[in-house]
Amino acid sequence: MRGILCKMRSHEIKRSMPSEGDIMSKTMFDKIWQDHLVRDSQGDTFLIYIDLHLVHEVTSPQAFAALRENKRTVRCPRKTVATMDHNVSTRTKDITKVETTSRTQMEALSQNCHEFGIRLYDFKDKDQGIVHVIGPEQGLTQPGLTIVCGDSHTSTHGAFGSLAFGIGTSEVEHVLATQTLQQSQPKTMLISIDGKLGKGVTSKDIILFIIGQIGTAGGTGYVIEYAGSAIRALSMEARMTICNMSIEAGARAGMIAPDETTFNYIKGRDFAPKGADWEKALAYWKTLPSDNGAQFDLGLNIKAQDIKPMVTWGTSPGQVTTVDGVVPDPESMKDAVDRTAARNALAYMDLKPGTKISDIKIDKVFIGSCTNGRIEDMRAAAALVLGKRVAEGVTAIVVPGSGRVRVQAEKEGLDKIFKDAGFEWRFAGCSMCLGMNDDQLKKGERCASSSNRNFEGRQGPGGRTHLMSPQMAALAALEGKITDIRNYAAI
Amino acid sequence: MQPFKTHTGIAAPLNRVNVDTDAIIPKQFLRKIEKAGYGKHLFHEWRYSDYEGTRENPDFILNQGPYRKATVLLARDNFGCGSSREHAPWALADFGFKLIIAPSFADIFYNNCVKNGILLTPLKSQEVDEIFTFIEKNKGVAISADLPSQKVTAGGKTYSFQIDAFNKECLLKGLDSIGWSLQFEDKITAYENKIKTQHPWL
Repeated sequence: MRGILCKMRSHEIKRSMPSEGDIMSKTMFDKIWQDHLVRDSQGDTFLIYIDLHLVHEVTSPQAFAALRENKRTVRCPRKTVATMDHNVSTRTKDITKVETTSRTQMEALSQNCHEFGIRLYDFKDKDQGIVHVIGPEQGLTQPGLTIVCGDSHTSTHGAFGSLAFGIGTSEVEHVLATQTLQQSQPKTMLISIDGKLGKGVTSKDIILFIIGQIGTAGGTGYVIEYAGSAIRALSMEARMTICNMSIEAGARAGMIAPDETTFNYIKGRDFAPKGADWEKALAYWKTLPSDNGAQFDLGLNIKAQDIKPMVTWGTSPGQVTTVDGVVPDPESMKDAVDRTAARNALAYMDLKPGTKISDIKIDKVFIGSCTNGRIEDMRAAAALVLGKRVAEGVTAIVVPGSGRVRVQAEKEGLDKIFKDAGFEWRFAGCSMCLGMNDDQLKKGERCASSSNRNFEGRQGPGGRTHLMSPQMAALAALEGKITDIRNYAAI
Repeated sequence: MQPFKTHTGIAAPLNRVNVDTDAIIPKQFLRKIEKAGYGKHLFHEWRYSDYEGTRENPDFILNQGPYRKATVLLARDNFGCGSSREHAPWALADFGFKLIIAPSFADIFYNNCVKNGILLTPLKSQEVDEIFTFIEKNKGVAISADLPSQKVTAGGKTYSFQIDAFNKECLLKGLDSIGWSLQFEDKITAYENKIKTQHPWL
């Protein structure tokens, strides 16, 4: 590990200076960045080429409108792929039943994609789904690519060893018009997690633990590479969960080196390279992992066995503790800013210091999102739910991340397990992760959620969110309160 | 985009850390297909006591006296975190904000602000503390920022801030960033040709 200690809080960060001989070694980020430079930098700003641009209905209409206004066009339509996810209904495929402004946005996306020749998975398409679920599922997401989308959770795609990050609408317009972006070069951070995860501990717990350690601004200005034996042992779905929430640690992007797990996941998918191209691509992908001795600007070592199942208690993902912990006392916090933030959070969440996390009762459960709406998440939650019932007074919904996840889950009978237990089984979409459609918390309702943000009002105005793994969200539905998965007999 | 050189205006203190873009502009206002008209929904859940936004919350800073006309916002660490929605700077600009001072800003939000002519000045935590103290003692006082010299002035003290040279130029000139990139169209084409040979599967 090579690093210069600056703003990280953990005692585990090591300070070391680069040694000679390491100079030629490159990180995976360096390799991809350098491979995509279109021209030399202007000041600290570079022009980088974008290989894959993903688009959804909420952050794109103004970009297309501006293109038209300025008489510009889409430079490379085949490198942009669109879907409808943020405000689609998860109850019906009948667009006439969708709220008018949402419908206008969806219709605008259809019109824009038609006019500019962009592939669109619209709300009726069998493969429609959350943009960060369908990219990998279709084989569009591949190692070594630069991938952007007008959505902060674009960091998900870094799980394949790509450089993937969220952008704003002006940048969406810029990519459409030029297939490039102006970017300053981020710094690099290596987070290494070694050892074996404990019983009931998932990749969601890994990333919540990391955010708890480095804070929600700990990654600001950095691209984080996750490495170590605990990461190597994870499936692609689990890796995506970690990279997905890199943005909640403030990072520009998260990345994991591609390996056999990655290649096996991609092989045979719709847009994956085929035949001789596959061999060429594979040879290139194998050159991408960070070289031995490559230098990172910061580093953090974590022992997998130190990670327990995690639950957020506040209104920022960094306000997180272990499921066997208690709600902290703001007055015990040394930093005045943290103290004020914790006071505000507890007032909003209606929680008292010292309350056991496992005593917190919940009203709603949401299993889904680009963080945890993949087939593996559905399987893991269903395994716990099999033969049980949702607690009285609790409303629980399961929203698959894509049409394909939904079909696969139904083939395996998972929908039946959920429905028999009293869960609602929905169509694919972002749903209650951000409540842009009609899946929302009501004021004062408390939710165990497998999503990514516990901000005030995120899941509905006045709603209260506790983030956790989909497995623990499922258990919360059964028990009516937050439940430690490690005490559960089925595990 | 309007060029930004200098600005002086009333500074509102928003004493919160991790102000996310969901708080700046909640999801129910993201369904429009235009860029204009978001200012009235800025900080909606803090600014209004009801969902419809008809009753102001008198405790919220922007509903108090001089701060209704604030054009400078003073905030804490990690301002603009969370969702990449550019509706957040659109709402801030539409309300009238030109300058935001905080110890740190989220990356995507920072870029979005540059594209909308809003200057973000990261200062040291203790400097931000000083300015908080100053404006809380002098309600409605103006603060200035000068982009060419990269200085913020508050209460007779000046503070330096960092900005990337290219972002600075974009703000100073109100540059059309797409037009700028398209100057290098020959280089983009050359890159695409190179990739066709090197990575034929793309």
